[in-house]
Amino acid sequence: MRRRILPGFGLSLGYALTYLGLIVLLPLAALAWKASGIGLHGLIRLLSSPRTFAALKLSFVGATFAAVINAALGLLVAWVLVRYRFPGRRIFDALIDLPFALPTAVAGIALTTIYAPNGWLGQWLVPHGIQIAYAPPGVILAMVFVGFPFVVRTLQPVLESLDHDVEEAAESLGATHLQTFFRVILPMLVPTLLTGFALALARAVGEYGSVIFIAGNIPMRSEIAPLLIVEKLEEFDYAGAAALGMVMLIASFVLLIVISLLQRWSRRWAEQTR
Amino acid sequence: MTASATMLQKRRPHWPRKVGRALLILIAAAFLAVFLVLPLSVVFVEAFRQGIHLYLAAIKQPEALSAIRLTLLVAVISVPLNIVFGVAAAWAVARFEFRGKALLGAFIDLPFSISPVISGLTYVLLFGAQGWFGPWLDAHGVKIIFAVPGLVLATIFITLPFVARELIPLMQAQGSDEEEAARVLGAGGWQMFFRVTLPNIRWALLYGVLLCNARAMGEFGAVSVVSGHIRGLTTTMPLEVEMRYNEYDYVGAFAIASLLALLALLTLAIKTLLEWRYGDEIATRSPAGTSSRGH
Repeated sequence: MRRRILPGFGLSLGYALTYLGLIVLLPLAALAWKASGIGLHGLIRLLSSPRTFAALKLSFVGATFAAVINAALGLLVAWVLVRYRFPGRRIFDALIDLPFALPTAVAGIALTTIYAPNGWLGQWLVPHGIQIAYAPPGVILAMVFVGFPFVVRTLQPVLESLDHDVEEAAESLGATHLQTFFRVILPMLVPTLLTGFALALARAVGEYGSVIFIAGNIPMRSEIAPLLIVEKLEEFDYAGAAALGMVMLIASFVLLIVISLLQRWSRRWAEQTR
Repeated sequence: MTASATMLQKRRPHWPRKVGRALLILIAAAFLAVFLVLPLSVVFVEAFRQGIHLYLAAIKQPEALSAIRLTLLVAVISVPLNIVFGVAAAWAVARFEFRGKALLGAFIDLPFSISPVISGLTYVLLFGAQGWFGPWLDAHGVKIIFAVPGLVLATIFITLPFVARELIPLMQAQGSDEEEAARVLGAGGWQMFFRVTLPNIRWALLYGVLLCNARAMGEFGAVSVVSGHIRGLTTTMPLEVEMRYNEYDYVGAFAIASLLALLALLTLAIKTLLEWRYGDEIATRSPAGTSSRGH
């Protein structure tokens, strides 16, 4: 009966749908329409171009690497922030969101200035054969940077509400700390880790601003797919840009669906083992 | 802090655990210092490398001032529009049952999972010279792509989810009892909204606006595609940073970047303050996008 008491259903839903339709759905329809104009042959030609393939591979494989690194480091940092008390903890906690608040272009030039061959750290790393900037590791580093808050922020509330009884039971039964962590705590965290992983991955796949400065953008080596879209646009190859954009969109949605299936499966598995 | 957590702390840790704990804290702190604090310091150190005079000169250049003005203009238009949308969408989703609600939620989240470059691209395909409305716009002398309206539209697209995503979980958790009571007591629709709903969601709204604004002023990818990089006309601050950097004007690039970094720090400070002070009335402290998707 609440529908009758509370006003504004038609107005709010109508406004939201119209706005969403005009701002999001209409432009996406234009993308799909323009992309379909390229045809099957055009699509095959586009994807079989070694340069396009290399860029897509770097974007997706690099983002996967970055999300794996983020899952591991994010778990460590979230664990330390939630479980331990130490001076400066609150400042570190507030700083976690920095990659999210800092404009990507600023992050991009700052990271490049650090890791370039003559940069702050680069001048020490490069002579030892560790090249980060202007190479694939730089792309991954920037992707780790932008995706970092997602894993920490998804894990924190779950770690805070974790049931300590189970841990204590495990330890009173003689499990070591490492055993408790890997066999009791980690399985409970897997679904959450997957959520953070998926968010970090989605962000990294499409990332542009922070990557293009440090990447050096060498075709076939350190050129990401979004940059290739920009280049196609600059050459007025609208259909090619749209098709590449559509391929990226579909691939990332498929990836996100697979992860959400994995997540559902791991949640059921975590509940069964409990 | 739960009761069992304090119990864990009270129990005296024996030495392997103590060492392990110190080691973990050290690794995490070192990582955060190199990974987050260092890039932030780089921005300010590089900006002031040639002294404060050159720093100020770099900011006072006409291109810089027009970039600052344009960034503010874009945010002033796009943020309020997304506030109205966010409140309307949250009202519909959190207060009513209807078919397709989950789908609406998914559509609201969509801009988060689309590459900013692709967002910009869709507007080029819509309003650009070869786009759906391109010829018509051209015939009527309206410029959207490579002009300010394109920048505004792309920014609206990118920042669309922020306010709605903050409000929906909070309003769902709060329930509608107070609003229903106001209605039963004879309040009109808008009266109920301004006297009951708005005060209940004000801190979450501010939180959402804060994140929305930070992203609107800092957006790069989407804006870069529709801008055309016309100096003094269509370059926002992040684009000005890029152009100066590519021209090897590092002091100039980092000077503008330092203003954006200050904005980021200010955003983080207010955000943290809101979380400490009004944590219960915000419902989430995650970066936008992680809050409603469950754990």
